[in-house]
Parts: sequence; structure tokens; C-alpha cells
Amino acid sequence: MKIQINGETQQVECNTLHELLEHLGHGASTVATAVNQEFVPISEREQYRLSTDDSVDIIAPMSGG
Amino acid sequence: MSLSFYDVELDSRLLLGTSLYPSPQIMLDAIAASGSDIVTVSLRRESSTEKSGQAFWSLIKSANVRVLPNTAGCRGVKEAVNTAHMARELFGTPWIKLEVIGEDDTLQPDVFGLVEAARILSDDGFHVFPYTTDDLVVADRLLNAGCRVLMPWGAPIGSGRGLNNPYALSSMRAHFPDVPLVVDAGIGLPSHAAAAMELGYDAVLLNTAVARAGDPVAMARAFALAVESGRTAWQADPMMPRDMAAPSTPVLGTPFRDL
Repeated sequence: MKIQINGETQQVECNTLHELLEHLGHGASTVATAVNQEFVPISEREQYRLSTDDSVDIIAPMSGG
Repeated sequence: MSLSFYDVELDSRLLLGTSLYPSPQIMLDAIAASGSDIVTVSLRRESSTEKSGQAFWSLIKSANVRVLPNTAGCRGVKEAVNTAHMARELFGTPWIKLEVIGEDDTLQPDVFGLVEAARILSDDGFHVFPYTTDDLVVADRLLNAGCRVLMPWGAPIGSGRGLNNPYALSSMRAHFPDVPLVVDAGIGLPSHAAAAMELGYDAVLLNTAVARAGDPVAMARAFALAVESGRTAWQADPMMPRDMAAPSTPVLGTPFRDL
């Protein structure tokens, strides 16, 4: 399945957002997620089914003013 | 009286940003030197290889301060609202420094989008700290939307120009005597921070002026002193300026002068 991850097109074989995060090594990380510019909370990741051409953002803390 | 944001009491009236420091250790030392209780943080896309966000978050947690996440860079209501939701989950706080930017050269807030996003987020349980202009009508709308803190700009973000419109900031203070007011953005020198506090502002928020100083740790200390000095001056009820001179030394009994 072809999806966008943080703006880059990748080919992945993951059914859910949770599986994608595990696949990418974010399982234990403090990250927030959005799919197609909509926030997806942690509690919904296991049920959230990805589709071809979805755009996934994986977000982490950073410095800010 | 101590400072309180959304019923959280704070000791320091200086809020410090965490960007642009020469090194992570200098950032931590500057936070300590500033005495700040609150630092601003943000969000970005996380690389699955670098994981730099995790390292930054560990560093901030070690500073033992409250975090105020921002929605920096957001240019629309939907983007800001989604960013706020991600920030709440990441940082575990309902606090959000709401930025909806409307113009590139000045990074001026889009006040129409700001009010709309503030209402959506306040209704959803967020404690919104809106980065706004010094417009009184917008301020009123933000309060009606549920904000209990207002953060007008002193000057454009990162400009270091100080207080561009002290009259407007003074008017805001007079118009909203019971609302916590924070000058956010544009402060370049400790004297700017002191001036904001002398106007009766409750706190100042700055980043670049400390982070880009030749010695950020010393500058953080300088800002802490300036904020304390300005606050004390405000509490001491400063004299009113007047147009003409008035001798401070008593004139009566001046030698060699017969009045």
C-alpha cells in the first residue's frame, strides 16, 4: 500500500495506524499522529485502518518560542 | 499578589522559549538562570531514525518546569486546532499558546482565525493563551470565546524592537484590569521587559533575546532582574511625568538668595 509518511511517499504493508507506528519503530516513542490532516488520538490508533494514498503525520516535541 | 494562569499559581513572571540556543546545555542553564516556571515548546514531524524529539522532551522534563506548547506556524483554524490536540496528547497539558499567523513579513496574528480557534479549543477544554495584537475589540472577543489570559505582541516575533505601541498596551491594561496580560514577542532587551512590567503587565514571554545573546545564561538572569524590577516599580505606583522642571532640592533657605 502506498501512503505518505511525513510528506514522503512510502510503500508499507500495515493495516492500521498502530501497526504503522510499530513498523517504523515509534512503538515506545512520545508521538502524536494525524491522518489526512486530522488528529488521531492514541486510543484510536489500533482501530484506525489506513487506506492507499493516506497522508500520515507523526509528530514529536520540539523547541519553540 | 502572585501570578496565576487558569488557577495555577506561579512564582516567576518571565516565560521563556526553548528555541535557537547554541546548545541544549546552554538552554537548560538559561532556563535555570531565568527562574522561569514556564517554557514554551512546539511540535514537528519525527524521523523514525533520528528521534530527536524524544531527546528534546527528555531534556525539557529534566528542567522541572511547566510547558506551554504552541501552535507556531499554523495559518488556519483547522491546522491550529489539530496541532493543539496533538500538543495536548504529547505534553499532557490543556495549556496551549494559540498562534494563527496571518501575514508572513510581520507574523501578525490572523485575529479572525484566532478568535474562531480559541472558541473551538476552549469549548473542548483547552486553556488557551492567545498570541494576539493589542486590539481591544479582538481582546474582548477572545475573552468571550473562553480565554482567561491574553498575550498581545510587543513587536513582531523575533524582531527585538521592544514595545511598538505602549499606548495601546496601556489601554489594554486599563480596559482589562483583572485579566492576566502577557507581552509576548518582540522584546529584545531587559529594558523592554521592564517597560512592559511598568505598564502593569503580569508577565512577559520571550525567546530570541535570550537565546541569541552572546551569553544567553547571563541575559536570562538580566531579564529575570528586569522583570522583577519592573513589577516592583508598578507596585510602587510611579510618579506621573510633567512637562516642566520641579526642583527636588528644597528652595527655602537657599544660601545667598533673598526671596
